[in-house]
Amino acid sequence: MFFSSPFKLRKKGIMGMNQRNSGYVGRYNPRRLYPLVDNKLKTKIIAREANVTTPALLGVISMQAEVEKVASFIENTPGFVIKPAKGSGGKGILVITKIENGRYYKPNGNEETLAEIKRHVTDILAGLFSLGGSADVAVVEGLIQFDSAFDGFSFEGVPDVRVIVFKGFPVMAMMRLSTAASDGKANLHQGAVGVGIDIGTGKAINAVQFDMPVERHPDTGKELKLLNVPRWERLIYLAASCYEMSGMGYLGTDMVLDRDLGPMLLELNARPGLAIQIANGTGILPRLKLIESLKDADKMSVEERVAFAKKHFAETPLVEIA
Amino acid sequence: MNARIFFYTLVAGLFILGITQTIQRHMAFDIPWMPGETRTVWNIDAKVEFDATDKAILASLTTPYTQAGFTQISQNAASPGYGLSFLYEDSHPQAQWTIRQADGPQTLYYNIQLLVDDESKDQAIDKMPELVETEYGGAGVAADLAASSDIIQDSLKTSADAFSFTRELLKQLNAEDPNQNVSLVLSGKATKTDVLMALLNEAKIPNKRIGALVLEDGRRRQHLQPLVQVFQEKDGEIESRLFNASTIKAVDRTNLLLWDQSGKALLELIGGVNSRVSFSMIQQDQPALAAILQKTDNEHLFNFSIHSLPIEDQSLFKGILMIPLGVLIVVIMRVLIGLKTSGTFMPVLIAMAFIQTSLVTGLIGFILLVAVGLFIRSYLSHLNLLLVSRISTVIIMVILLIALFGVLSYKLGLTEGLKITFFPMIILSWTIERMSVLWEEEGPKEVFTQGGGSLVVAVLAYFIMSNEMARHLMFNFIGLQFVVMSLVLILGSYTGYRLLELRRFKPLADKE
Repeated sequence: MFFSSPFKLRKKGIMGMNQRNSGYVGRYNPRRLYPLVDNKLKTKIIAREANVTTPALLGVISMQAEVEKVASFIENTPGFVIKPAKGSGGKGILVITKIENGRYYKPNGNEETLAEIKRHVTDILAGLFSLGGSADVAVVEGLIQFDSAFDGFSFEGVPDVRVIVFKGFPVMAMMRLSTAASDGKANLHQGAVGVGIDIGTGKAINAVQFDMPVERHPDTGKELKLLNVPRWERLIYLAASCYEMSGMGYLGTDMVLDRDLGPMLLELNARPGLAIQIANGTGILPRLKLIESLKDADKMSVEERVAFAKKHFAETPLVEIA
Repeated sequence: MNARIFFYTLVAGLFILGITQTIQRHMAFDIPWMPGETRTVWNIDAKVEFDATDKAILASLTTPYTQAGFTQISQNAASPGYGLSFLYEDSHPQAQWTIRQADGPQTLYYNIQLLVDDESKDQAIDKMPELVETEYGGAGVAADLAASSDIIQDSLKTSADAFSFTRELLKQLNAEDPNQNVSLVLSGKATKTDVLMALLNEAKIPNKRIGALVLEDGRRRQHLQPLVQVFQEKDGEIESRLFNASTIKAVDRTNLLLWDQSGKALLELIGGVNSRVSFSMIQQDQPALAAILQKTDNEHLFNFSIHSLPIEDQSLFKGILMIPLGVLIVVIMRVLIGLKTSGTFMPVLIAMAFIQTSLVTGLIGFILLVAVGLFIRSYLSHLNLLLVSRISTVIIMVILLIALFGVLSYKLGLTEGLKITFFPMIILSWTIERMSVLWEEEGPKEVFTQGGGSLVVAVLAYFIMSNEMARHLMFNFIGLQFVVMSLVLILGSYTGYRLLELRRFKPLADKE
């Protein structure tokens, strides 16, 4: 059969887009807080106040006249990332991993001239990548030196960890590994590999590409089951503390692991996608329902919430979800 | 929970309001459900002929008015040189021709259009006609007084009210073997109608002569058939019934038009002699809506409706009122199916353009424009331009392309190609810009998915929005807008799976 039965999906606790929109995003994410999440610069500011580590900020370009300044921001750096503050879905992110003799190279080895970089900044300022096409600012960040634990797991891109945080509880996690098909980007619908990560241990559970199960990374051939996220404890602690910081009840937190600085917050997402369920091979609804049924969830500290999540949502859970 | 109940009450309220208004409009104004429905309209000519005597002429023709079974749509008259006015004399309509001087044979025409209409009713009778105190002989009933009072006495005995009395009279007058008294009163020159009216007058029963026209398609040179209307008062209300003096059968009012209800003469003529009035008629089938609009035009019943606007604005609304249906399609495709489109409501705008251009021309034109636009736009992306001026360039480029395609197709003899100008250019430019960025960022696959999705939705919306039935219903029944609104609202609260999600999550559902 081409389609599966909706009752079967319902029974497995799989959440659909309509339910996510009206039941969770619409209900738990107050509209007035969206700018904090949709604007990466604002996210960075509140994260700094909440002592959540983020990548180094090299500079901000907010006016067309300042575009020339981009050259001074990227001097003497080993690499950098230029992104639109209000971009969505990874649009408009330019990553330069290598600078040699005034030449800039993207992760796939293609050269980018300074003029092209300036044009990209201009596009960002004009709002080409922002939601609704409104004027935007360009954020220049330092390049993340990704942890050697991920060697061979990612192709030309920084792998990140998406943790869904519901009312402060980390409920489901997934690692996104870029591939040749995804052009170095970590977006699943562009062909990145999604690896479901066990909330309890940080170990891989299951992997998918284009919504279909895969065993090995399509470019490097590395067995995905071996993936183990280091410093997992710290990572989900940071993710869970994004709830207090942003006020968003249903939040997607994108974390990266820096070799030297450890886990840090890359960005927040008020409308996290549904593919994480496929990557984990399980529906998210039972977990959300369990947290919704908790009476004193709001009084719990970050540590208590993480402990609760590890207890109930681990791959070999200590307590079965009813 | 209360909010939920309120929401569903609101939705149900809107739905019921819409349906009720729609049904009410159908019932009250008789607006048909189907666009092609026709209604019968009688087109009747009255021809007045007379010889003028070189004097001032005043000719008054009694004309019919709206009555049970017929609604007057329009009337007019042709009469070269004559002054014409339509007036009410004693609450009976007339057409009056006047001229200072005329000589020789004259012909005047009066034309009336009547809609066959089951809804229309006879006008209420507010007062009884006066009894005519005629001397016998005045109506040509030069009969024995004793004979007529005998007839009346006989009928009075066997009747209960004015109607049954009239029937009894008719039985006597039309008996196969009439008695002496009847033979006596009928022996004169008077017609049965005159005799009947005289007898009714004698018995103090109010009555009136009616000139009726039997309607039959294609008949010419017809004359009015005399009928007698008998009145009686019962419980303070005046009732009336029609009788034909030459038969005891009840008068059948199907296809019977009561032309002259004045009780006086059909034609009053001053300054002419040898007058004749003859009628000819044809039956026509008119689109029901046009007929009803003409009817209500006179009645001012449509005051609060789109039909009260000038025709030009009406045709504008004809398009606008279809948009909700297109929007509904978009909502269904996105919420229930889960199709991706570029720009939420762009497909509706494209569909509206398709309606102007016709589908095939529109599709070819759209794909051609976007393809060439994308090609040129890929060059622009190297020029390092500001976004606003880049989009502006794309707009100008699209306009030039449209002009080029228009001229090219015209030179090639394809006048269809000129319709390409109906495309919304700004929308098209944004589409090209978005698709171009999409191409650079996500690759051609995503462009084809979203572009294809948009086209599928646009074509679907086109088929719904150009459907004759849908256009007719949406334009004539404003209530349907509420129905569409309630559907959109209820879809907005749907939290189930989308069709394409059933496919997407299939591997997950099948996993054990």
